[in-house]
Amino acid sequence: MSTLIAILISGIALGAIYFLVASGLSLIYGLMDILNFAHGAFLTIGAYAGLELSLHLVNGGGLLGFLGLLVVAAAAGAVVAAVAEVLLIRPLYGRPVSQILITVGLDLVVVGLLLGVFGSDSRQIAVPVWLTGATHVGSLSIPNGDFVGLAAGVLVYVGLGLFLKHTRFGLVIRAGAENRDMVQALGIDVSKAFTFVFGLGGAAAGLAGLLYAVVFSGSLVGPTQGDQLLIFAFIVVVIGGLGSIRGSAIAGIVVGLVQVVSQFYLGSKSGWAEAGDISVVILLALVLSLRPSGLAGARER
Amino acid sequence: MSSPATPRSDARPTLVDAVASRLAARSGTASPATRSRVGGAAVLAVLAALILLPFVGIHLPWVLPSAIPVLNSIGMLEVLALCFVFGSVALGYDVLFGYTGLLSFAQVLYFAIGVYVTDIALTVWHWPFLAAVLLALASAFVAAVLLGAISLRVKGIAFTMVTLAFAQAGYYLINDNPHNLTSGQTGLVMATSRLPSILVGVAHTRELYWLALAYLALAYLVVWIATESVTGRVWQAIRENEQRVSVIGLHPAPFKLASFVLGSMVAAGGGIVYLLLIGTAAPDAVASATLTVSLIAMVVLGGLGTRWGAVLGAFVYVYLQQYLVKMAQEPSFARLPVVARDALSQPQFLLGVIFILFVLFVPGGLAGLGLRMAIRRHRRSGGDAAS
Repeated sequence: MSTLIAILISGIALGAIYFLVASGLSLIYGLMDILNFAHGAFLTIGAYAGLELSLHLVNGGGLLGFLGLLVVAAAAGAVVAAVAEVLLIRPLYGRPVSQILITVGLDLVVVGLLLGVFGSDSRQIAVPVWLTGATHVGSLSIPNGDFVGLAAGVLVYVGLGLFLKHTRFGLVIRAGAENRDMVQALGIDVSKAFTFVFGLGGAAAGLAGLLYAVVFSGSLVGPTQGDQLLIFAFIVVVIGGLGSIRGSAIAGIVVGLVQVVSQFYLGSKSGWAEAGDISVVILLALVLSLRPSGLAGARER
Repeated sequence: MSSPATPRSDARPTLVDAVASRLAARSGTASPATRSRVGGAAVLAVLAALILLPFVGIHLPWVLPSAIPVLNSIGMLEVLALCFVFGSVALGYDVLFGYTGLLSFAQVLYFAIGVYVTDIALTVWHWPFLAAVLLALASAFVAAVLLGAISLRVKGIAFTMVTLAFAQAGYYLINDNPHNLTSGQTGLVMATSRLPSILVGVAHTRELYWLALAYLALAYLVVWIATESVTGRVWQAIRENEQRVSVIGLHPAPFKLASFVLGSMVAAGGGIVYLLLIGTAAPDAVASATLTVSLIAMVVLGGLGTRWGAVLGAFVYVYLQQYLVKMAQEPSFARLPVVARDALSQPQFLLGVIFILFVLFVPGGLAGLGLRMAIRRHRRSGGDAAS
């Protein structure tokens, strides 16, 4: 029983990280109709930025140092994403297919660059000792990393909700997602919102990239890690319903749970080593057959 | 919604196309029939040259990516055969993406089915060659119909994501090595005992080269017939405006599925030829998302919806990839500054940069570039077709 609870918590923590990635994708899609393949690169860049800083800290720098890593990861993701939007996406406004293609190209370039500079081997992020430990509650033993992942997911969900609902910029983004042309016609500079949303998505991605490496990958980070994670984030976005933040949150947790639980019970059998990943795709096929517009998408987009 | 869920097909230079056809019409040389006859003659000439190429032993030191820079060396014939294989797979992808406007990420899955099913049937089950090929094609067909029908339930970007998920599931499945069929990450080396001897070994590289060329020619013919047929017209109409197609009273769904299945079958056949050529199946080489992205880069470099553009793009891509690998091994390469060396040692980086530049500045790809140059030449010679 206690094993099951620990697995469920681990699944929810993974779901929280999926949500971090998916929320950025969903925001960008909702406002700009772009499927951002470069999101995987933003994830990896965040993780590498955290890695580089962690190597300069003694013993991961304690709690403060770890928070520093998270801030740097988010900042790196945000800056790269915002610059990419201005330099690559902006010249292609009104050409959605080309915008998608250019994010694919950007991902190729960034991964190629990381491979060239850091090599294909994974590298170890130096994190505080307590992060790799576990908390014991009765017979339960829960990795501390799970709590960190969960906390980050909840904070971003709440923060994003407040931002979208209660700020002027959030209002522009929500309105733009509903009817971009109308917002533009009212004299609001939507392109500023585009860059901002890209930066915001990039920040969430950078954070998620580092957290995934620390919590679920034994503090290891490699050049293609983000792309592997991105595929599950795509699945989360589709299952949740394109453009819906709440849908992404629900779907993130469902996908995280399905993946971790099936991996635990089936993954140990021979020839089933990636049972968790495959169950997620089966889940996707099921959701699409029963409800093509996703969990939260009531209407066909 | 401010824009339709299906992405508009903007990558194709419709304006340039329109201008070119008007230009051709005006200069008097070109009813569509004559144009396709001229195109057909050009294709046949290139085909004849490529058939004869293994007999031409020209020495080209700086141009060729093979270790021995002779045109008909074994290494060079292998590179060219690989160009033909990916040319055919890119051609199949052009049917889907270029003609029908379906941005699928699953093309690689069917290529991998072609490679792996043939390999498993030959190597693990010791089936006869022909039976293995038929099984591979049948598996690809069933998978394409089934997964195509599921993923086509959603449109536009969701479709892209779903196909990516399925392709990725295939990749994981191969890595999992179920029932010890695929050998997982190590790859499955093809047993040659049941192959016709003319297709085995380095000594028969020339025959394999011709086989790959023949397959490309066959794929080209099939795609040509399909895209010029009434069905092909409907595909293009769906690409331009799916809603309008259904308003006219046609169901887009079966047409889209047909396009999906045709593209997938061309890829599966390419996979079989690839296996014969390379002799081994490895998940990272034949089933990874990186290969998908390479395929997209090929059709975008060459130009979407033009058939020959996709083939040309695949050629340029594979050629450059091989060339960059060779370049990184040159002794002079070690003298470059570290930053440049790090970046250039990964063909992926340079190819990515080229891809981005093409998306930004050459939206019609190489095919569109050719058309634009023709228009400029025409204008300079006094024509006013563009006005």
